[in-house]
Amino acid sequence: MSLFKERQYLRVHVDREPDDSLWMKCKSCGELVFKRRVRENSNVCPSCGEYFFQTSQERIESILDPGTYEPLGERLVTDDPLSFVDSRPYRERVAETQAKTGLDDAILIGRGAIEGIPIVIGVMDFRFIGGSMGSVVGEQISRAIEAAIADRRAFILISSSGGARIQEGMFSLLQMAKTVTVRRRLAEAGLPFVSVMTYPTSGGVQASIASLGDILIAEKGAMIGFAGRRVIEQTIAEELPAHFQTESFALERGQIDRVVRREDLRSELALALGFFVGAR
Amino acid sequence: MTDERTLDLLESKIEELRQLNAIDGMDLSKEIARLEEKLAVLRQDLYSNLTDWERVRIARHPKRPYALDYIASVFSDFYELRGDRIVGDDRALVAGLARLDGRPVALLGQQKGRTTEENKERFFGMTRPQGYRKAKRLMELAERFGFPLVSLIDTSGAYPGVESEELNIGGAIAENLQTMAGLRVPTVAVIIGEGGSGGALAIGLADRVLMLEDAIYSVITPEGAAAILWKDKERAREAATALQMTAPHLQNLGLIDGVIPEPLGGAHKNPAVTSAALKEALVRHVNELSAIPLDQLLAARYQRYRNVGRYTIRPATESQGALP
Repeated sequence: MSLFKERQYLRVHVDREPDDSLWMKCKSCGELVFKRRVRENSNVCPSCGEYFFQTSQERIESILDPGTYEPLGERLVTDDPLSFVDSRPYRERVAETQAKTGLDDAILIGRGAIEGIPIVIGVMDFRFIGGSMGSVVGEQISRAIEAAIADRRAFILISSSGGARIQEGMFSLLQMAKTVTVRRRLAEAGLPFVSVMTYPTSGGVQASIASLGDILIAEKGAMIGFAGRRVIEQTIAEELPAHFQTESFALERGQIDRVVRREDLRSELALALGFFVGAR
Repeated sequence: MTDERTLDLLESKIEELRQLNAIDGMDLSKEIARLEEKLAVLRQDLYSNLTDWERVRIARHPKRPYALDYIASVFSDFYELRGDRIVGDDRALVAGLARLDGRPVALLGQQKGRTTEENKERFFGMTRPQGYRKAKRLMELAERFGFPLVSLIDTSGAYPGVESEELNIGGAIAENLQTMAGLRVPTVAVIIGEGGSGGALAIGLADRVLMLEDAIYSVITPEGAAAILWKDKERAREAATALQMTAPHLQNLGLIDGVIPEPLGGAHKNPAVTSAALKEALVRHVNELSAIPLDQLLAARYQRYRNVGRYTIRPATESQGALP
């Protein structure tokens, strides 16, 4: 492994189909690893520690107390407000992604508990059009926050998003305004918001709701930034420093509070939330 | 099909004839009148049926009036306030106090440069974290003293650079959004040229959002969308249409509160007329907003942004992404 290997999640989905093979090869270290052990280990390679991609369902499973997750409210799907067509119709792209992932859009929201502390959680899913935020993601984040206020619970958002969803145009951009507007109400209600940034937390999501947690936690291996590497390199022709937009880059520059390993995220959240229980 | 060059050519021909007319005492007035009539028809023809891409070109026209032009023509006593108090002063975003029809307002304007030298100073109108933090300072100042806040938006986007990321440009934009969402004074934002994504929204979360007729406002540049979705930068025209980024489109979608008319061919064809229209709109909206009790103003702002988005409720059968 090269010294300055750029940290990135391997885009390996750890299959949970029972008829699949029991073993998988880690793309990072080349070891054959037992799949169930990978799953039990929050999709971290038991051999080299490389992180495999985690779906929103898997994240919920690895963070919440078993059996406590309860999906929130209604199922929402996008209206395709611009009747957008690029290389293919947006509707088709959405339908196909829905079929492939079993998700309605790029986020799951629900109630649950972490080490007994009741919370409302939103977990974004990168598989769904890059975890991008359009009308549905914005609305679900807003509803999650409103549920947290109604139940007087803490709110946790786990971001994994390339930014605003292009195909919904200005409706997507305005989801930044929407989520931030609702976030204020949570603060006014005196309830905490812990924002967890994973790979990647960028664009319109980083420039709105994800950056506004009372506590900002980055998962090890996260990418955090506003403009994408390629955009910066192309438009500005600047050389990008090593570890640019990594979690350590963000930590060193004072942009986030803490960096945690995925294996430790659950206990980290319990620790952080504990301070707020009974506050106010 | 007529294009802008044909019009320019015709205009210069008419000007030549006028000079001849003056010098030689020849009577060319009939000729001139005929050509002027022709020019008017062509101009109407060309500019009244603008495609979305043509509007993008007008919004980016190098002769288009910029924020400081409007600040000089629409406002009086502009008193610039500089610096973010931490890192520096971003010349791509000017800020200060000014009077609008005699009333003191806090003013933010994104400023492009016209010359190479100016563009170097103004970073081609792309705002950096220093600029957003200066803007936030002005927002808070406006709130302390009850000044309405007016934003003139004109940027292709926030500045994408190493320093921007080091200074947490995303965090700075987020902070501004949060500040504007709760700002206890009336706020009006006008997109005067380009409304480039989060870089524009960062000073645009307002009670009233207006656009000049040939301005654009988009989640991404047409070129950026073409590169990502069509994998071909050359298809920016298609992207511009698909994104519905022009003022008429955004008004139809219910996302903006008003379109301020521009002269045929764009604001640069007659800056004075454009300034007058902009001033009329600003004065009217600031007056209207100032008459609304603060709690109602904030409640209306909340509803406006809380409810933005288009989705459908899916009949509940089973929950999505059910855990196995």
